[in-house]
Amino acid sequence: MYGLPFWPARAGAYAGQWDKLFIGLLILAFLTAGLVIFLLILYAARYRHGSKADRSNRTRKSWRFEVSWTIASLLIFLILGAWGAHLFVRLYQPPANALQIFVVGKQWMWKAQHPGGQREINELHVPAGRDVRLVMASQDVIHSFFIPALRIKQDVVPGRYESLWFRADKPGRYHLFCAEYCGTDHARMGGWVTVMASRDFARWLSDQGGQPSLAAQGAALFRRYGCSGCHGQSGAVRAPRLEGLFGGPVPLSDGSVVIADDRYVRDSILLPKAQIAAGYQPIMPSFAGQIGEDDLAKLVAYIESLGPEKPRGQ
Amino acid sequence: MMHGAGTENYLNAETTLRSWLLTTDHKRIALLYFASITFFFFVGGVAAALIRLQLITPYGGLVGADTYNRLFTMHGIIMVWFFLIPSIPTTLGNFMLPMMIGARDLAFPRLNLLSWYLYIAGGLITLSALLLGGVDTGWTFYEPLSTAYANGYVVLAVLGIFIAGFSSVLTGLNFIVTVHKLRAPGLIWYRLPVFIWSTYATSLILVLATPVLAMTLLMLAAERLLHVGIFDPALGGDPLLFQHMFWFYSHPAVYIMILPSMGVISEIVPCFARKSLFGYKFVIWCSIAIAVIGFLVWGHHMFVSGQSLYASLVFSFLSYAVAVPSAIKVFNWIATMHKGWIRFDAPMLYAFGFIGLFTIGGLTGLFLAALAVDVHVTDTYFVVAHFHYIMVGGAVMGYFGGLHYWWPKITGRLYPEYWARFTAILTFFGFNLTFFPQFILGTLGMPRRYQVYPPEFQIWHVLSSAGASILAIGYALPIFYLGWSILKGARAPANPWRATGLEWLTRSPPPPHNFASAPEVVRGPYCYDEEGNALPQAAHG
Repeated sequence: MYGLPFWPARAGAYAGQWDKLFIGLLILAFLTAGLVIFLLILYAARYRHGSKADRSNRTRKSWRFEVSWTIASLLIFLILGAWGAHLFVRLYQPPANALQIFVVGKQWMWKAQHPGGQREINELHVPAGRDVRLVMASQDVIHSFFIPALRIKQDVVPGRYESLWFRADKPGRYHLFCAEYCGTDHARMGGWVTVMASRDFARWLSDQGGQPSLAAQGAALFRRYGCSGCHGQSGAVRAPRLEGLFGGPVPLSDGSVVIADDRYVRDSILLPKAQIAAGYQPIMPSFAGQIGEDDLAKLVAYIESLGPEKPRGQ
Repeated sequence: MMHGAGTENYLNAETTLRSWLLTTDHKRIALLYFASITFFFFVGGVAAALIRLQLITPYGGLVGADTYNRLFTMHGIIMVWFFLIPSIPTTLGNFMLPMMIGARDLAFPRLNLLSWYLYIAGGLITLSALLLGGVDTGWTFYEPLSTAYANGYVVLAVLGIFIAGFSSVLTGLNFIVTVHKLRAPGLIWYRLPVFIWSTYATSLILVLATPVLAMTLLMLAAERLLHVGIFDPALGGDPLLFQHMFWFYSHPAVYIMILPSMGVISEIVPCFARKSLFGYKFVIWCSIAIAVIGFLVWGHHMFVSGQSLYASLVFSFLSYAVAVPSAIKVFNWIATMHKGWIRFDAPMLYAFGFIGLFTIGGLTGLFLAALAVDVHVTDTYFVVAHFHYIMVGGAVMGYFGGLHYWWPKITGRLYPEYWARFTAILTFFGFNLTFFPQFILGTLGMPRRYQVYPPEFQIWHVLSSAGASILAIGYALPIFYLGWSILKGARAPANPWRATGLEWLTRSPPPPHNFASAPEVVRGPYCYDEEGNALPQAAHG
């Protein structure tokens, strides 16, 4: 698969664009380092002590040179910076309708939960040719989800959701690493990302056995943790209704407005007093320390499933 | 100027142990530091050697995971805080700064001695933490791993670093005041050697950045011991706050390591090219620019940490901005060699090595500053290779270059030239064989701080370990031939390199008070005539 390994495997189109930028940088680096080494050797040889080389008409005024190489360096750097930023910004723009998979990092494994309820550990199966968005949380320390073949990496910081999206095109098995040092077995916290043709992926999903979908499991938890007592149909306490909430704007009591995304829903469960929906009393108890990241993911998936039937603008 | 075994100098003026341990002579304190940082360099080096041995096979086997984690933590902590940061400033800087400005000592000689004791106290405390059972946090102490999850003597290790920080601050303060107040008559700022300017810029960083590290480590200790929620999200804290505060110190710390080295190279290149430094004012203002802009780039360590997109864009731009003055310096050193009379003594070979390795380190920094590229290579061996090219290829090559350059002045003896040249060349090749394969490993996606790894990476790890064994010889050899020269080396004249600086006006080794009378400085540094003859900065010493 690797031969003499000089270049990482390439599993998607983004990796190809990344490689172009990297090759551009390599060419610049080799040209610059080559020029520096060439001049060092040339001057060392020609102007060695005792050589008869002509040393008259030495350059004394330096500012023209200084200004030229300052401006030249700055311009080249700006171009590189803009190119790197251009690719980087796209990592922050996940496409709508991406397949959403919840990932939880803990010492020392990655756990994934698919929307259909399928679970895996240190493995991640994804369909080729489809956008995938990972919603990631950490149960303990900072981890970092790293797929070299896709040229992407995202730290997973405890206490907040991070998201990472990609599109793999080439079926195959690719390394999955934890890239942020996380304690004793950091080096063993990883496994494989398996990219499958969509037919194979569908078969793999159904082979995992018939468990309830993530949202259905979330609905059960919603009742078990007592959420439905206030937020449900017959709620005795006045609490915001959650139907149609997800993805839309939520006016807060301090006058600001937030979008109800996965990070907002998670924070509202764990830190309900941080962002109070306008018109409601801050009476919800915190569930911090009571609900693990796995169950939180299910609850978020359930509340997302209550969202607008069809996302606006589609 | 006559000299000989009977002449009084700073080494033979007093010989009791007490006269060394209670000395306030900057030259003797520099030697105390030499001995201490050399000790810590080899402690850190042993850890590095064990790391490279472990990584020869992909399955580990030499040491277990916990031991491996303690080894790289120890390597990082010792090398960063107890070797690289104090290295050039406290040894060559301590010795040469007063001499190069024509002063009898630093502004606060007793404070200088206190700095050494603080450094030793901090070093021994941290070392005891590392030997009692070790610390497995990595030198970066990332939260919440370091407070809520790490085992071992984290607080003790941090305490030692905290104490050594005061040594840094006091040394920086001492240097700043000395440069302002004790310059010889006629030594205006634009006649100061670049080494003094770089040390001055370094001192600014030491004084301004180190307190932030001290605060951060205090908060870490408070959280670990008293469960005060500052960084740990389980206690209501923010782990990214720790990273911001840590890198606010630790990025400028890289410039603490490299700026003095750039200063050394700026002394060596004109002396061995027999030609004045090209673009003197640009070179010195580049040092100041690096010190200032260096404070504004810490966020480039956090491009994948979850910090805001806009913060990352700004930090990327500023990181490119800080690369410009470094590039300018390289071009100026090369231009200095143009039409010179170049000699290839060991200090110059180290300077060549520095320029080559620093250029590669700097160019790979451009890769890391490009946001999308950083996402893939951050926290991989690419970063490991990059910062070793700067901090070992750059800073340590500069340290050895300066050590050889000023060795005759410091000891009064000449070192064996051919051994030194051989070692400089060996170190250069050993270094490249050790660290160049790590760029390829990082590009392939090999994460750092792994004690086992996928087998397809093995070939590059084997090459790297082979290089490390050559590098180890290159670092051990000077112990022998420099040690030999102290006992048997030929006696050095006052100015063996026919250099221009004030430090060469006085005897080798210098008398206790450096100069018989303050030198009258008549010109700037690095003045050579058309034939390469030195025009000293002052007529007498």
